Amino acid sequence: MTGNSNRLIDAALKLHIAACVVFIFAPILGSFVFSLNSDRFPSLPLGQFSTEWYRLIWEDPFVWAGFFNTVIVGLVVAVIATVLGFGGAYTDFRYKFLGKNVYLALALLPPTIPVVIMGLAMLAFLSRVSLSGSTISVIIAHGVMCSPFAMAIIRLRLSQMDPDLEAAAWNLGSNEWATLRHVIIPFARPAILAALFITMAVSFDEFAVAWFVSGLDETLPVKILGFLQGQVSPRINAIGSLAFLSSITLIILAQVLLRRASRGTS
Amino acid sequence: MNMQTSIQTDAIVRLDGVAKRFGSFTAVERADFEIGRGEFLAIMGSSGCGKTTTLRMLAGLEDPSEGAIYLDGERVNGKPTWARDTPMVWQSLALFPFLSVQENVEFGLKMRGVGRAERRERARTWLDRMQILEFADRNIAQLSGGQRQRVALARALVTEPKILLLDEPLSALDAHLKVRMQAVLSNLQKELGITFVYVTHSMSEAFSMADRVVIMSRGRIEQIGTPREIYHAPRNRFVAEFLGSANIFSGKLVGKSGDRWQVETGHGRLAVAATHAPDKALGDTVTFTVGAENMHIATEADGLPGIRARVVGEEFVGASAIVFLETATGEELKVQKSHDELAGIDLHAGTPLILHWEPDSCHVLPGE
Repeated sequence: MTGNSNRLIDAALKLHIAACVVFIFAPILGSFVFSLNSDRFPSLPLGQFSTEWYRLIWEDPFVWAGFFNTVIVGLVVAVIATVLGFGGAYTDFRYKFLGKNVYLALALLPPTIPVVIMGLAMLAFLSRVSLSGSTISVIIAHGVMCSPFAMAIIRLRLSQMDPDLEAAAWNLGSNEWATLRHVIIPFARPAILAALFITMAVSFDEFAVAWFVSGLDETLPVKILGFLQGQVSPRINAIGSLAFLSSITLIILAQVLLRRASRGTS
Repeated sequence: MNMQTSIQTDAIVRLDGVAKRFGSFTAVERADFEIGRGEFLAIMGSSGCGKTTTLRMLAGLEDPSEGAIYLDGERVNGKPTWARDTPMVWQSLALFPFLSVQENVEFGLKMRGVGRAERRERARTWLDRMQILEFADRNIAQLSGGQRQRVALARALVTEPKILLLDEPLSALDAHLKVRMQAVLSNLQKELGITFVYVTHSMSEAFSMADRVVIMSRGRIEQIGTPREIYHAPRNRFVAEFLGSANIFSGKLVGKSGDRWQVETGHGRLAVAATHAPDKALGDTVTFTVGAENMHIATEADGLPGIRARVVGEEFVGASAIVFLETATGEELKVQKSHDELAGIDLHAGTPLILHWEPDSCHVLPGE
């Protein structure tokens, strides 16, 4: 603590953080608790402990279909977005050119567009080129939305690199491709892995755009909406808990990788 | 350029009218010189003088805008750095943080397709030679500054190049370690017999290690010569000021009898021995230096002719001291004497003293 810290401000800040955590995690925790509750409707006092809702979704082919779509989309999107993101980040690291700021602004733009507009625009465009209403459409849309995240993560890592490192490799007889393979990618590896996990998590959770373009090949979040519209079932809680666990695992993995990387090189 | 007589005939590098421009900025302006096989050449100058750009052109990291560079007789303009064998030791060292010490040293061999077993063998030989074999499996982050320096040298030398380029490699080390690494570098260069091109802003590094020194300023080469030549016969005012150990006087040539010149300066008429000076006509401007160690101090009471100046301060330099004085016209002069010689002279600030010297200890700057 520095000398000019103020107890009141400290306490207020701590309270603020506590409130944030409570408001974010209380609903999730509630959903998790009710997913293990035998009652048909979420109400207090709680009924018996039960894994019934998990058994039901385990046996539901409808949920499995959505889950498979989500996983396939997530995996493919992670790879595409990370490759695109790496390309963008490396271009920024390596080259100076006229209009570079415009290029960077465009490359990092997608997450700033409201998702409803993005979804509509994607639907309009993809249907015009006859690519809407399938898994491919979700992959394309999510690839566009996720690559800026990958680019930001990898760009941050490359900015920690000694700019002489690449030239040093060239100077030691390594041509540009060999240097990319033996120096740039190994240096960026933790960020590349983190980008894979985070883009997968983003694609996993993304609902609005997927809802617009997925057609019949719905991903899990879109299926959940379908569930909610049809009947209110505690199965939603079970699905939600599982989806939350998978996302948070991916994000924690990414954070661990990035922290370890920036500690390794100073 | 009479100082370039010491050019080697057996040159490994030849720069032929080399210039480098970045947009409208000229980093290097017409560099013409040769570097001999097995020579230790230092390129010295303050930051932005073009010394590093010159080195990077030799390495193939920059391409000359004009002129040609010959390496071992071959014109190398446009040849990428990875196709040359001109390894460089970087100011930042640029060691690969994700590789072990041994893998760092092996890198150059691996990129040239040397097999695993031979690579390992040769890397270990060099690690042993640099006395860091025990750290072979460590991470770079676990090494001290001096050890990293040795890894960088081993990595650059493992391919057994004919020429090694060094870009201020010692600037990050503390003074004590710097002197030790200078000895390591000097010995290494003699043992290997290969050419070292060493870029530095430090006169002590350049003059203590190099066979020849190139002094650059604002993209131009001011003087090339052995440390002794440059020290005793600076070519122009820039070099004399850069060396910092001489007093510089300028004036009009008013009298000539043989090599005894009379120069009219702001301090009156001064006698100059123009032994190695270029021919000048009466009325020409002459600039000459007098080494601080060649100045003598007298007091008013001695009644000798000389320049009057007042003491400004004193600085101890080991066994001697440098006395700084200021003339009535505001010019700063300095005198370097042993403590014994200064004993008995009042050196309090403001004390008026008389400075004088032998005409033979003057050096006329030929480039002015």
